[in-house]
Amino acid sequence: MATTELASSDQSDVVLAAHALSKHFRLHRGRRRLHAVDGVDLALRRGRVVALVGESGSGKSTVARLLAQLHPATSGEVRLHGRPVKVRAGRRFRAYARRVQLILQDPFASLNPIHTVRYVLTRSLKIHHPGIKGEALEQGLTDLLTKVHLQPDRFLDKFPHELSGGQRQRVSIARALGATPEVLLADEPVSMLDVSIRLGVLNLLSELKNDMNLAILYITHDIASARYFSDETIVMYAGQVVERGDSETVTQRPAHPYTRLLIASAPDPDNLAAAPETNGAKGEPPSLIDPPPGCRFQPRCPRATARCATESPPSFPVSGTQEAACWLFAPAGGNEEVPR
Amino acid sequence: MTGEPVLEIRNLSVEYGYDADAVRVLRDVNLTLHAGEVLGLAGESGCGKSTLAYAATRLLPPPGIITGGEVVFTSTRDDRRYDLLTATDDELRATRWEDTAIVFQGAMNSLNPVYRIGRQLTDAISAHRPEQSARQRRDRAAELLDMVGIPADRLRSYPHQLSGGMRQRVMIAMALALEPQLVIMDEPTTALDVVMQRQILQQLADLRTRLGFSVVFITHDVSLLIELADRIAVMYAGEIVEDATASQMYRTPRHPYTDGLLHSFPPLHGPRQELGGIPGAPPDLMSLPRGCTFAPRCRVALDRCRDERPALTATAFADREPHRRVACFQHEREAAAIPPSLTVM
Ligand SMILES: Nc1ncnc2c1ncn2[C@@H]1O[C@H](COP(=O)(O)OP(=O)(O)OP(=O)(O)O)[C@@H](O)[C@H]1O
Ligand SMILES: Nc1ncnc2c1ncn2[C@@H]1O[C@H](COP(=O)(O)OP(=O)(O)OP(=O)(O)O)[C@@H](O)[C@H]1O
Ligand SMILES: [Mg+2]
Ligand SMILES: [Mg+2]
Repeated sequence: MATTELASSDQSDVVLAAHALSKHFRLHRGRRRLHAVDGVDLALRRGRVVALVGESGSGKSTVARLLAQLHPATSGEVRLHGRPVKVRAGRRFRAYARRVQLILQDPFASLNPIHTVRYVLTRSLKIHHPGIKGEALEQGLTDLLTKVHLQPDRFLDKFPHELSGGQRQRVSIARALGATPEVLLADEPVSMLDVSIRLGVLNLLSELKNDMNLAILYITHDIASARYFSDETIVMYAGQVVERGDSETVTQRPAHPYTRLLIASAPDPDNLAAAPETNGAKGEPPSLIDPPPGCRFQPRCPRATARCATESPPSFPVSGTQEAACWLFAPAGGNEEVPR
Repeated sequence: MTGEPVLEIRNLSVEYGYDADAVRVLRDVNLTLHAGEVLGLAGESGCGKSTLAYAATRLLPPPGIITGGEVVFTSTRDDRRYDLLTATDDELRATRWEDTAIVFQGAMNSLNPVYRIGRQLTDAISAHRPEQSARQRRDRAAELLDMVGIPADRLRSYPHQLSGGMRQRVMIAMALALEPQLVIMDEPTTALDVVMQRQILQQLADLRTRLGFSVVFITHDVSLLIELADRIAVMYAGEIVEDATASQMYRTPRHPYTDGLLHSFPPLHGPRQELGGIPGAPPDLMSLPRGCTFAPRCRVALDRCRDERPALTATAFADREPHRRVACFQHEREAAAIPPSLTVM
């Protein structure tokens, strides 16, 4: 096991990576820009899962879209196996999409209403098995649906409008898996599934990452599932990464004040009666249109100092692989005290 | 407890499709919502939660057909009382959004892509409040957005310029715009982080105290309902199988399925645990088992459970829990019905 641990930190395992990736959207033909993503670094490795969590509107879907080449980046780079990629459309884009599959956040928008489940899944199977038909095709379709806990005989000939929300999500997952990609970018793939089926689907993804060496980006609001299912967890706030590290550490000993707020706000099934202590919960996220300098969490932060309002904190090591972009973790001399 | 009934759903049945192909998705659903109450509706994917929301507001799209039952709405602000299922289209149009508002599950996708969200909010207001000035409507739209945590500078954004969770929040704001008496929300917070979710639910609670409306909150997330709801109804395969207050449900789930739902959460805090789940799959609605629909997956099922379908009735402890209902022959048993299984990793 030690060898895989070592190997996993090796650069050669990196399949898809973002380097200082930014996306600024121009609004209403004006000069003002919305900073959706600012300087995000991340690396997706073979057989590993990275969870991306964070506030609604913080840029998670935009990161996934940039990685999937659905948006051009404002600055920074996406690299596949170390080589920068910039594909816009046409054959090269389709070739890229075969290797990097995106599961869109909204299952009500992502399935074409005129195609049955059979059509959608057949097309995805044909990406790697162009001539597949007859028995082999039926078997492939049956396997895909069974994996996502949908009975094939009931669902193969359904149209999207005949499916419930959670059923659509599972068809989207099956479609992405049918294409046997190298990288799976899953944007809230299980948000409409109840715990029981959710565990089944996450188990399935775990198996695939092991068996097929799939690299997975898992965007979620379910922090408990990030803890169980992902190796690394990255936390975003207002377009920037505020904390990252191995999932157990980030979820059990969060460092950044935003991560702490987030973890404290999660419903705790063992202690539902207790109201969580959520300092800073009342505040609002900053406007991303021409954001002011300084830390973007500072207006809500219970521990903000004068420096936080003027200087944007870089990432500081906390312990092990854990890093936080917060002045509280500046090495001695940088700031007064270290929390905890 | 809570006030008078606002919405009484009686023996509601719904089918999809025609004749031989028809699937009965809801079977004799009975459910009452009281004034000022938050009623949670939980259940597995595909069990019929959205169908119930659509049918109860008469927004069920074809080939969905309501095959029986009634849905009686009683106004808390005047003395109107009518059956939504027999009301004329004109009556429905006049009262929709003011009596009952609904946030659809696909809400993220149901804004009009060609109009700015500010315009969509002000349009919704002006349709029902023609007396207001443009200025008043704009202020109200900004106020509504602020309530759901979206800065007013986003009024000029088009839907595609908003994140998934932001679009969901715009739809929540839209539903509350006319201060309805009853709001039905179908998975309204799936794209929200827990901090934002809490903030919005708090807003909802404050508004409810101020305006006194009632809420039906549909979600697969029972732990959320335990915190949020006054009462919870659990659905399984198109039927209500348990209906109890949130704290009764949490402390002593009586239906084995409810028990399973409550005990399959991966814990966020404390030592990592093996994850439980409910083994097996929900039944095919086209060919339901003869007895209890949950029996094939139930650990405590007896022969009787496989032969006879239990009705939703008062529990054996009715003197202690008078308003509670459950559909299970074994609900008096002590032991937990679902073992830890479906181990993850
Ligand atoms: N096409 C676009 N034009 C302008 N702004 C956009 C566009 N797409 C996204 N944005 C903005 O970028 C920010 C980040 O959006 P994104 O969808 O990445 O958030 P998210 O983290 O996925 O949020 P959620 O959890 O709510 O889905 C938001 O403020 C959003 O309004
Ligand atoms: N137009 C249709 N034709 C045939 N079957 C349908 C149709 N619409 C829904 N169904 C089926 O009816 C059942 C109930 O669907 P519904 O959308 O009410 O489920 P739900 O409880 O809301 O699930 P979810 O939690 O996944 O949203 C599902 O099994 C679904 O496949
Ligand atoms: Mg998103
Ligand atoms: Mg639904």
